[in-house]
Amino acid sequence: MSDVRETRLNSLRELVSVRFKEFLREPEALFWSFGFPILLAIGLGIAFRSKPADVAHVAFIPSPSAPPAPEPFKTEIPTPERAAHVDSILVGALKHDSLLAVEVLSADSANEALRTGRVAIVVSVDPAMQLHYQFDDTRPDARNARLVVDDVLQRALGRRDQVPTQDRQVREVGSRYIDFVVPGLLGMSIMGGGIWGLGFSIVDQRRKKLLKRLVATPMSRAEFLASYMISRLVMLTIEVGVLLGATILLFGVPMRGSLLTVATIIVLSALAFGGLGLLIASRAQTIEGASGMMNLAMLPMWVLSGVFFSSENFPNLVQPFIKALPLTATNDALRASMLRGVPLPGMWPEFAVLAVWTLVCFGVALRIFRWR
Amino acid sequence: MSANGLALSVRELRKHYGDVRAVDGLDLSIGTGECFGLLGPNGAGKTTTIEICEGLVAPDSGDVEILGLRWRSHERELRERLGIQLQETQLTEKLTVEETVRLFRSFYPRGRSIDDVISMVQLDEKRDARVGKLSGGQKQRLALACAVVGDPDLLFLDEPTTGLDPQSRRQLWDLITEFKARGRTILLTTHYMDEAEILCDRVAVVDHGKVIALGTPRDLIGSLGAEHVVEFTLVEGSPALDDADVAALPGVRTVRRVAGGYEVAVEALHRAVPALLALLAQRGAELANLTTHSASLEDVFVSLTGRQLRDE
Repeated sequence: MSDVRETRLNSLRELVSVRFKEFLREPEALFWSFGFPILLAIGLGIAFRSKPADVAHVAFIPSPSAPPAPEPFKTEIPTPERAAHVDSILVGALKHDSLLAVEVLSADSANEALRTGRVAIVVSVDPAMQLHYQFDDTRPDARNARLVVDDVLQRALGRRDQVPTQDRQVREVGSRYIDFVVPGLLGMSIMGGGIWGLGFSIVDQRRKKLLKRLVATPMSRAEFLASYMISRLVMLTIEVGVLLGATILLFGVPMRGSLLTVATIIVLSALAFGGLGLLIASRAQTIEGASGMMNLAMLPMWVLSGVFFSSENFPNLVQPFIKALPLTATNDALRASMLRGVPLPGMWPEFAVLAVWTLVCFGVALRIFRWR
Repeated sequence: MSANGLALSVRELRKHYGDVRAVDGLDLSIGTGECFGLLGPNGAGKTTTIEICEGLVAPDSGDVEILGLRWRSHERELRERLGIQLQETQLTEKLTVEETVRLFRSFYPRGRSIDDVISMVQLDEKRDARVGKLSGGQKQRLALACAVVGDPDLLFLDEPTTGLDPQSRRQLWDLITEFKARGRTILLTTHYMDEAEILCDRVAVVDHGKVIALGTPRDLIGSLGAEHVVEFTLVEGSPALDDADVAALPGVRTVRRVAGGYEVAVEALHRAVPALLALLAQRGAELANLTTHSASLEDVFVSLTGRQLRDE
C-alpha cells in the first residue's frame, strides 16, 4: 500500500513540475500572465490619473459685426473696434478660468471641433448681445462646460453672487478610477488564467493524442487534473502578487481588507474559473473550437461583470443575471475587501455564487470529459 | 501468466463505427514470449483491434483476455503490466527527453531505471534535448522508451516505424528485437511486410476486420506454393500471351494479369524462366522488361485479396 502511495505522490510531483516547465518555457505565456495586467494597470492609471479636475475645451466664434453694447460696455469706441472689444472681454474671462481652455475659431472650424468632440461647447455672441451655446446635452462634460461657461460669462458681464460661498476640496484614496479598476483587472486575470491556462493546455494535449497516451498508463486521472489546479494556484499567487504589488507601489491602491480575505476570494475564484476552463476543454478536439467557446464564455463577463466600469450601469432587469456570473462575484468581493474592508462573513452571497459554479462545472466536466 | 500460457486471447471481437464494421469477428491467440504481427492495409481494422486490446476502445462484443486478466475487473493491474505505443502521439515538445521518461516512469510502481531506458533507445546524447528538437526516428525511439519504462510483460506497438527513413526503421527493429530477447510478449501492427517478416514469430493477415491468414511468415509464404515471383511486360504491339499457356509452363503455379503485365508465381525459377522465354520466342512476342523477386508476405496478401497491401 505504501508502495502505491509513494508512486502516487511521486507522479503528482512529476505532473505538477511538468505543468510549470510547460508554462515557464513559453515566453509568450509569461508575458500575458505577468506583463500584460501590469501594463494595462499602468496604462489605465495614466489615462485616468487624478487630475485637479477635468478642463473643458471651449470654442469661441468672434462676432462678425458690432453688437450694440449693453450697460457696462457703453463706450465711445466705434464699430467694428467695439465688437472686438466685447469679444476680448469675454475671451479674457473664459481664459482666466482654470477649468476652461478656450480657443478662438471661425464658425466652420468651431463646428468641426464640436462634431469631433475636441471642444465641449461653442460660444458665440449675436448682434442683439445674446450669448449662444452649442453643445451635446447627452454629454455630461458638455453640460458641465455649459454651466461653467455661462457662470464665467455672466460674472464678466456683471452678475454678482447673492451669498458668498467657500469650497473645501476632499480627494480620497479608494474612490479614484485606478482604485476601482485594479480589483477588476485582478478578477479578469484570475478568469483568464483559469480558462486559458487549463483550456488550451488540455485541448492541445487531446489534439496531440497525449491524453490518450497518458490514460494508457497507470496514471491517476484525478492526479492529472489536480496537477492543473495546483499549478494554477501557485501561478496565480505569483500573478496576483505581481499585479497587486505593482499597483500598490505605483498608485497607492488601498488594501483595506485583510490579506486572508483577499486570498480566500482569489482561491475560491480560481477554483470556479478552473472548473469553467475544464468544462470548456472537456470535449473540444481543436484549439480553434475551444478558443471560440472560451471567448463566448469570457466576453459577456468582460462587459457585464464590472471590470472597467460598474455593472450597476446595466438595467435592473438584468442585474440578477449579472450577479450570478462568477466574475461579478469575484470583482464585487475583491472591491468590497480592498476598497471598503468588508470582512469575510460579509461576502457569503459572492462565495455562494462561486461555490455553485465550482461544483456544477467540475461535476459536469468530469462526467463528460473526453480523454481520447 | 494465464493458465493456458497465453499472453493475449481474443475471441469473436466486433466493433463498428456507424456503418463501418472496423472489426468483424476477429480471433487471436498470442503465446507468452511471442512477437506477433497484425499485418494489413490501412483501414483493415488493425488499430481498432490493438486499441481494444489496450483497453482504450470498448468492443461491441467479444472477449479479450490479457495476461489472464480482463479490463473490466483488473484495469489498474493491467495498466501497470502493459507497455503501449500509440500510432500518433506527440509528446510534449517543451520537455526534454529525460523529463519525458521521468514523467512516464513516475506512473509505474515498478519499472526500469530512467538511465537504463534512455541508453537502451540510444538517446544518451539527447537526454537534455527538448522533444521538439528531435528527429522523427528519435521521437519514435523516445515513444518506445516511454512504452517500456514500466518494464511491461506485454508490449503493444501500433505502426512503430511508419513514416521513418530506412535507417531509423532498422534502428527501431534492433530495439524491438532486443526487447523480444528479454522474453517479453509483443503485439505489433504494420503494413510493411518486410517489418513483419523480420520481427514477427507469427503474423495474422487482417483485411476488412477479419483474420484471413495466420502463421509464421515462412509458412504463409510457403502456402503460396511458390518461392519466386516473375513479373514481365511486353512491348507494345506484341501478341498477347494466353494465361493458360503460361500456367502450363514447367514450375509455374499461378498467373495473374496486373497493370498491363503478367505476374507469375513460380516454384523453380531455373526451369520456369527458360521455358517462358521459349514460349515468347515461339509467339513472336518481345519483352519490355522482366524482373523476379523472392516471394514475400506482400505476395501472400495479393494472392489472398487480389489487392496490393499498400493500395492507396
